[in-house]
Amino acid sequence: MKVEQISIFIENKSGRLAEITRILGDAGINIRALSLADTTDFGILRLIVNDGNLAKTVLKEKGFTVNMTEVVAVEVPDTPGGLSSILQVLDRQRINVEYMYAFVERCAGNAVIIFRFDETDKAISVLKSENFNILEGERLYSM
Amino acid sequence: MFFDEEFETLPRPALEALQLKRLQNVLERVNANVPFYRTSFAKAGFSPSDLKCLDDLQGLPFTTKQDMRDSYPYDLFAAPMEDIVRIHASSGTTGKPTVVGYTRKDISTWTDLMARSFVAAGAHKGDIIHNAYGYGLFTGGLGAHYGAERLGASVIPISGGNTKRQIMIMQDFGSTVLTCTPSYSLFMAEEAKAEGVDFKGLKLRVGIFGAEPWSEAMRDEIEQKLNLSAIDIYGLSEIMGPGVAIECIEAKKGLHIWEDHFIPEIIDPVTGQRLPEGELGELVITTITKQGIPLIRYRTRDITSLTYEPCICGRTHARIARMSGRSDDMLIIRGVNVFPSQIEAILVGIEGIEPHYMLIIDRQGTLDTLTVQVEVSEQLFSDEIKVLQALSRRVEKEIKDMLGVTCTAKLVEPKTIQRSEGKAKRVTDNRKL
Repeated sequence: MKVEQISIFIENKSGRLAEITRILGDAGINIRALSLADTTDFGILRLIVNDGNLAKTVLKEKGFTVNMTEVVAVEVPDTPGGLSSILQVLDRQRINVEYMYAFVERCAGNAVIIFRFDETDKAISVLKSENFNILEGERLYSM
Repeated sequence: MFFDEEFETLPRPALEALQLKRLQNVLERVNANVPFYRTSFAKAGFSPSDLKCLDDLQGLPFTTKQDMRDSYPYDLFAAPMEDIVRIHASSGTTGKPTVVGYTRKDISTWTDLMARSFVAAGAHKGDIIHNAYGYGLFTGGLGAHYGAERLGASVIPISGGNTKRQIMIMQDFGSTVLTCTPSYSLFMAEEAKAEGVDFKGLKLRVGIFGAEPWSEAMRDEIEQKLNLSAIDIYGLSEIMGPGVAIECIEAKKGLHIWEDHFIPEIIDPVTGQRLPEGELGELVITTITKQGIPLIRYRTRDITSLTYEPCICGRTHARIARMSGRSDDMLIIRGVNVFPSQIEAILVGIEGIEPHYMLIIDRQGTLDTLTVQVEVSEQLFSDEIKVLQALSRRVEKEIKDMLGVTCTAKLVEPKTIQRSEGKAKRVTDNRKL
């Protein structure tokens, strides 16, 4: 039910993002989804890739600080109100979203929302009981 | 103008005879009352009665800041605690400060020397002295305060901070003399400008600046922006506090060190050998009248030179040149003494932080800024921004709490800071003094 996401610390220096994507490209790693959070001094690049372990290994070899985090991917119809319907449920159950990002599936035309919750297991059970479609990691990696 | 004309202009032979008598006396006292000196003299095979002339001082061992730390808090005191009427302290490298104690007579001597210093700087009875040095354990505030009162001037004990109020008070109270750190004076000038206050409209005539290194270029800037005559003062708590040495307003060329109370020497900081007049080296001071905590050949770590050339002001006391650096790695940031090792000790104490750091010192406008770069290790790294920002704030807070200096913590990628290979470069000082 959980998806592995890799996070990379990036200083605000020119060329760092290009360097990371080059390393991943050279290792044959495909990026499925990404989000970049930035502050004045540093950024955090969050990625879902087809092979998280390999990505972590090659980036660490090049000296990057990398860690793995468990996130939840929820599929909703790509229609107005889709995201809102999930957030309403979470709000009612007082589940905090630490951060989130979204992308649209190529074939099915559904939106996929990636969530990082403060209480991941509780969030999953709440969403399941409300019949939201939670994507398995394997499906996302090979999408 | 003199405060104590007889002693300030004492002919050199008489001054040196007085020094010798006082030096012999202090050596007897520390030998009798301070176990540290008794042991160190014995180890050097020296007995106080061996000292026949001032040059014999060269044969005595040095006292270092480390010796003071090892004697924390009172072991170097030569007077019983019941005779100590004041205790001051300066920041130390391990969180423990360096402690000094003053007898009633020490306070009186300090007060006289500070009054002498004020007069040398061109201040007099009737002046309104705006004392913006910090009051407290730091010797600056109280030292200048007592001296100003002894002079008969009116003291405004405003201490540091709250710059807008400082400017209002300088304006309304008619301050004529300003005492603070040189960088703070420039900060005041900036604030005044923003408030629409012109220093040309104020009554300030003299500024007495010390407690951090500055330059001739800074003097020009201060004199122009604050419309006053800027005087360099030197002091350190171990020796006394402010007023150990000061420029005379007549020459503004070197700081007269009050030789009837202090014997200065310049040594090669590596070999410890005394250097000839005029050569640049580390300043070593022996206190010859202090009772509370007399120090013999104290290594100040300040780099300067010494001249005995007569001065146009008529004072016979030797002059030290403007301080040109430190022989150790101590940094002075906004008047606060900081050793990189202190910051390292704090960083090591924060769980998950590795002792790889870089200190970057800059001067933005007129104020010193300290940036502490810390590497983000895997253990520290979180994918949540707020966790990393909380970490930066914690580093900033611990440094502020322990050292009293404001800094900005900046997280950097791992392995980007140079590793220690014997002597790692830990400091980049971009200030142009």
